[in-house]
Amino acid sequence: MKFGVVIFPGSNCDSDMLHVIGQVMGQKVIELWHKETELPDFEPGDCIVLPGGFSYGDYLRCGAIASHSPIMKSVVEFAHNGGYVFGICNGFQILCESGLLPGALLRNTSQKFICKNIHLRAATQNSPLTRNIDVTKALKIPIAHAEGRYYADAETLKNLEENDQVLFRYCNEKGEATPEANPNGSLDNIAGICNKTRNVFGMMPHPERASEMLLGNMDGRVLFESLLATESLV
Amino acid sequence: MNITLETAKELGLLEEEFEKIKEILGRIPNFTELSIFSVMWSEHCSYKNSITLLKTLPREGERLLVEAGEENAGLVDIGDGLACAFKIESHNHPSAVEPYQGAATGVGGIHRDIFTMGARPIAALNSLRFGNPELKRTKWLVKGVVKGIGDYGNCFGVPTVGGEAYFYDCYNQNILVNAMSVGIVKVGETVSAIAEGAGNPVFIVGSATGKDGIHGATFASADLTEDSEEDLPAVQVGDPFQEKLLLEASLEAIKTGAIVGMQDMGAAGITCSTSEMSAKGKAGMRINLDKVPTRQADMKPFEILLSESQERMLIVCKKGREADLEAVFEKWDLECEIIGEVTDTERLHFYQNGELVADVPAEPLVLGGGAPIYKREISEPTYLSRINSFSISSIVEPSDLLATAKQLISSPNIASKRWIYEQYDSMVRTNTMTTNQPSDAAIVRVKGTEKALVVTTDCNSSFVYADPYKGAMIAVSEAARNIVCSGGEPVAITNCLNFGNPYNPEVYWQFENVIKGMGDACRKFSTPVTGGNVSFYNQTVLENTAEPVYPTPTIGMLGLLEDHSKRMTLHFRESGDLIYMLGEHRNNISSSEYLRHVHGVQHSPVPYFDIEEEYGLQQTIKELISSDMIHSAHDISEGGLFVALLESAMAGGTGFAIRLDSEIRKDALLFGEAQSRVIVSIPVNEESEFLRTLELSNQNYQKLGTVTDEQLSVAGNDFGIIADWKAVYDNVLGGVLEAV
Repeated sequence: MKFGVVIFPGSNCDSDMLHVIGQVMGQKVIELWHKETELPDFEPGDCIVLPGGFSYGDYLRCGAIASHSPIMKSVVEFAHNGGYVFGICNGFQILCESGLLPGALLRNTSQKFICKNIHLRAATQNSPLTRNIDVTKALKIPIAHAEGRYYADAETLKNLEENDQVLFRYCNEKGEATPEANPNGSLDNIAGICNKTRNVFGMMPHPERASEMLLGNMDGRVLFESLLATESLV
Repeated sequence: MNITLETAKELGLLEEEFEKIKEILGRIPNFTELSIFSVMWSEHCSYKNSITLLKTLPREGERLLVEAGEENAGLVDIGDGLACAFKIESHNHPSAVEPYQGAATGVGGIHRDIFTMGARPIAALNSLRFGNPELKRTKWLVKGVVKGIGDYGNCFGVPTVGGEAYFYDCYNQNILVNAMSVGIVKVGETVSAIAEGAGNPVFIVGSATGKDGIHGATFASADLTEDSEEDLPAVQVGDPFQEKLLLEASLEAIKTGAIVGMQDMGAAGITCSTSEMSAKGKAGMRINLDKVPTRQADMKPFEILLSESQERMLIVCKKGREADLEAVFEKWDLECEIIGEVTDTERLHFYQNGELVADVPAEPLVLGGGAPIYKREISEPTYLSRINSFSISSIVEPSDLLATAKQLISSPNIASKRWIYEQYDSMVRTNTMTTNQPSDAAIVRVKGTEKALVVTTDCNSSFVYADPYKGAMIAVSEAARNIVCSGGEPVAITNCLNFGNPYNPEVYWQFENVIKGMGDACRKFSTPVTGGNVSFYNQTVLENTAEPVYPTPTIGMLGLLEDHSKRMTLHFRESGDLIYMLGEHRNNISSSEYLRHVHGVQHSPVPYFDIEEEYGLQQTIKELISSDMIHSAHDISEGGLFVALLESAMAGGTGFAIRLDSEIRKDALLFGEAQSRVIVSIPVNEESEFLRTLELSNQNYQKLGTVTDEQLSVAGNDFGIIADWKAVYDNVLGGVLEAV
């Protein structure tokens, strides 16, 4: 599995992603500039990552301008051809804005930017991103966003549930998805989802910040390991 | 327009300065020229009232790659072919008037100082001072400042890894916002703020120039008064997205090898960057102001020259390499315009539409050149005798220590600053080692090496007020202690000197003594001063009485951890570990938060401090850490022994049980803030080796007790469980600030 990390103007978790995929996980990864219009080096089975940050300053609406960036046309096409696309934080917002994932991310109920460790639990193992995750276990993974409140209309939400598209829910240390454990007011404590065809994933928390012993938290690593395990299954 | 002494005075110049300008030019300046001199000779740009004393600070060391004040920030060799650029700067007056933009542009400005040298900022810190948090105005200021710092830094993508916040009444109107940036660059790949080579083109890159921030430097160089809000247009507006693009484009542009020199535009905008770069290179510049991209039509020459619009850089490019530079800025969709060229005249010639609007020599404008230098009158402050008459015997010892401890941790100066720091992205760039395992200083790994930077900002200004000399020594010592307790070796400092009006002899006495104390301590710890910033005129004029703020010399210290696996943390690791205090119990509650918050005594002498004892303590700690003997180290600061124990326990999710075997008053034992004391925890089986090390190094110590599962016990009294303390400690500040 080859990885590509898209750099939009204002992306700021791009180098973190490159570091974790390349140095920590030892995978092949390339930088993709947002003005590129094709993805010639990528085929289904590879993964395009949309990293966190403040693409285009998050002016207008988070992720709104980036979703019209030249490269996004190719990313959408890549996804429609079955390629894996993984958006984190601002990347998740861009995926929602571009229509690859349903729903939207609204301003946190606290009206503040929040950066802290939270807990989340995988809601299903039925996805390449969560395949190897123990669904009974609470993972400690940080969030860092001002607009992370997942919202979708009732019908979309119902479809998400029915199709098993909810990947992660905010929970407490014990793994219970309580209102107190919900850091931003997301509907149903939703922290991450996938599309119907299960090849596009978006989540607000940052697993790349929790993948090294040196930083004192390895809980995020299992997501990358799951993705890589997918490859051996294909 | 007829230029007179009155015009000069309106621009903040003194009569003698106006005379000097006429002498330099050999004629009466026009308004544009007078404006240029007024900003360049403002306190903010010229350091005219401080530079003589600043030069007495130790500014040399093996690791220093540039001299203090020579470039935009200090530059220190950290080995492995890398250097660290770091600096702290104030943005006090803008933040006091418009907290959100004031603080945001403070952060932007300091990062620009770092990347204009070619270094990539990898960490940010800040040091904040506010007034009484119960006041509506203070709540508004805190919320604005914190959001400003957060919004700018979070978007820019550099983690805020450390800082401090204090609340004292003296800052009610004049808050302090000091921001620090730390960057990394390969040795030999730095860029200097210099103009050289006649004929080389001069570019302005980044944002367009608007009317914001005009006379910002002058605004920063006058007393903050009740009318200061009328100066609102003097406050700049920040755009962190533009800054992020400017960062990436600048670093990329440096790699092309087309750049001769580069300087960011901060105070006094184009005026300052053109004159400083020219003076440094003993060159001149011919600048066409009509080529400068502007936000508004018909900007006057002095407006373009003085604008402090953010996110701009001045670049001198090698002639013939223009296209390389332009390609980079085109890629990042940033403005990039040639506005003139370097000359060999050593003068700045500014033109607009073909007309020469200003003709001034570069050298006399700048610090170290012809800018005026003063030393002000001093007089020992009268308040000191009042402070020194304090006696501990006048304070009744509380009978209920538990109730007192609870009261103390509800002070915003003691309680967790979580409400503040959770609004900052502290983890982006995945280098912050202290997020999940905190230490006394922030630890930031340097990717690609075994090293980490250990950084902290420190200043307890109530100590400095009580004794400027010792207080400044304590500020340096505490910074060094924090770094040593984190496993690092102190390397160098940057300072941000926040004081009142230098024309007030008592303020200047404070300033002089602070410089002495800082210098002595920096010499002791071999941490030279690499630069920083002076902010005078921090005071509030109310009903005709000017009250200066506490003298606040914020120390930003850089430390180095050669092997990041040797870092030390502050949390209690294991139940059953033994707890020791290095240092001695002192019968001293002077200037403690306990004395202020519980007894309402605002002013008392500086707490016990002896620099030799401090130095010895730090050597012992280094020894203990390098021989892997201890499980945690945490220094005793605000709130005394009890709060230090509590913090180590909360971080580890443990409790503690301690004895108090001493004749000393219990309140002094638990809450006194005598200096040079550190709490360590050790595994039981290390005890004999540990004690032998202490004896060999002649280190005083006290055995305190043990780490427990969750229960707190003090001298046999049940103090409850850690979770209950944490619930209070974590939520005090938010409760106060969010209360309507």
